[in-house]
Amino acid sequence: MDITETALPGVGLRHDFTTRAGRQLGVVTHRTGRRDLLIYDRDDPDRCEVIQLTDDEADALADLLGADRLVSHLAKLQQQIEGLAIDWLEVRAGSPYAGGTIADTQARSRTGVSIVAIVRGERAIPAPTPDQRLEAGDTLVVVGTAKGVGELTALLGS
Amino acid sequence: MRHAVVLLELGGVFLGLGILGRLAGRLGLSAIPLYLLAGLAFGEGGLLPLVTAREFIEIGADVGVILLLLLLGLEYSASELTASLRAGAPAGLVDLALNFTPGLAAGLLLGWSPLAAVVLGGVTYVTSSGIVAKVLGELERIGNRETPVVLSILVIEDLAMAAYLPLVTGLLLGGGLLASALPVGVALATVALVLLVALRYGETLSRLVFSPSDEVLLLVILGLALVVAGLAEWLNVSAAVGAFLLGIALSGHAAEAAQALLTPLRDLFAAVFFVFFGLQTDPRSIPPVVVAAATLALVTTATKLATGWWAARRAGIGTRGRWRAGAALVARGEFSIVIAGLAVAAGLESSLGPLATTYVLVLAVLGPILARFIEPLRTVNLPR
Repeated sequence: MDITETALPGVGLRHDFTTRAGRQLGVVTHRTGRRDLLIYDRDDPDRCEVIQLTDDEADALADLLGADRLVSHLAKLQQQIEGLAIDWLEVRAGSPYAGGTIADTQARSRTGVSIVAIVRGERAIPAPTPDQRLEAGDTLVVVGTAKGVGELTALLGS
Repeated sequence: MRHAVVLLELGGVFLGLGILGRLAGRLGLSAIPLYLLAGLAFGEGGLLPLVTAREFIEIGADVGVILLLLLLGLEYSASELTASLRAGAPAGLVDLALNFTPGLAAGLLLGWSPLAAVVLGGVTYVTSSGIVAKVLGELERIGNRETPVVLSILVIEDLAMAAYLPLVTGLLLGGGLLASALPVGVALATVALVLLVALRYGETLSRLVFSPSDEVLLLVILGLALVVAGLAEWLNVSAAVGAFLLGIALSGHAAEAAQALLTPLRDLFAAVFFVFFGLQTDPRSIPPVVVAAATLALVTTATKLATGWWAARRAGIGTRGRWRAGAALVARGEFSIVIAGLAVAAGLESSLGPLATTYVLVLAVLGPILARFIEPLRTVNLPR
């Protein structure tokens, strides 16, 4: 499927493509964030019906059309890699390691699980060093065996 | 007591413009022709001549021109300008040849000076990007395939203005072609430099100017625009061009935020500018030029239709799309008045002002109507 991109000076960008059934569809992304859904006319291929969408509406439509399916697809993919578990663990306020460093948890030696990233609010800390401090509310992205991840979950929570 | 009169007059003008704007919206018209008519009524020989508020309106009109051009520059980023120039140069040349010539020829036929004829050429050349943007939005044609063709012609016209305005300003100052070669050269070199800087360092520049506080950003950008415009005027390069170049140089966050902040301010001062232009025109001077203006409007409607038709055909657009592209380009408005305003301020050719006013009155009304109704006309004529 070929998606054509056309610049609209002063307005934004237009993307369009032809469906297998021969209809032409497009989206105009305005600089203001507004989206227009375009459905081109059968008789006059240069003309289109326009449906204006606000930011929220465009998100909702994208969800309906496939973003959710993409997420479930990813989840399935993750289970299919045998022996490897990737998980997101939260450091709760009561955790003994909230305020400690990664080295304090001894996660690698005790469970064989690596902490590959920390998500803190809007920010991510990729490849944290052992002396990286953990805060309550952090989400740890961890990789290891399913068993190891289970053990680390218990360790962080206890 | 004098203050009270100024306030009453100004308030009356704004209130009147507001009511006219509303009326224009109801009728689906551009408000520009109604503002010009209001100006005619407020001026000498009009229905309600203004006495004390004129000074404010005169300065307001200057600010209006600066804001019109600043926002025009902000609308397009430097990369959009260069990309449009590369892709649309042939269409831009056809546009210039077909639409500048009628004005130039008409000026010469009327027995005007060559300079006045060049100014009239500019008046007939420039499509009103403000009216076109509004029409395309209202008729939901932004997604149409002929629309990029129309937009790229507008972009090239804007770039042409960056060369044309300093040229005319230089010539109006007197001294002929040779003496104005220097300011024109300076202006063109500045345009090139600003484009280069904007392409390379646009982000840095915008970060320097940007502020998350609307108030600070508004003051900084407005202040910068007036200072740059003042400097440009002092260097005889035309204040409008200075503001336009500042608009091009700014990009990214700063440009987007400034555009949103300055648009209402532009609308206010641009309205003042149209009134001021009308104000300078004596309504009694209009009847003698009506025939010339109407003929010129008719001819340049045909030439813009042909320009759009040709450019759209070149882009592989179907017949109906070609007519739509042509009709979209017909409207003339703010920039025709800006150009005529330069000549009027310099006291060139007394019938230029009334002719330009009448011409824009006709095409600012006719353009949107033609764009709207070209479609059913063509649909009826064409067997499906």
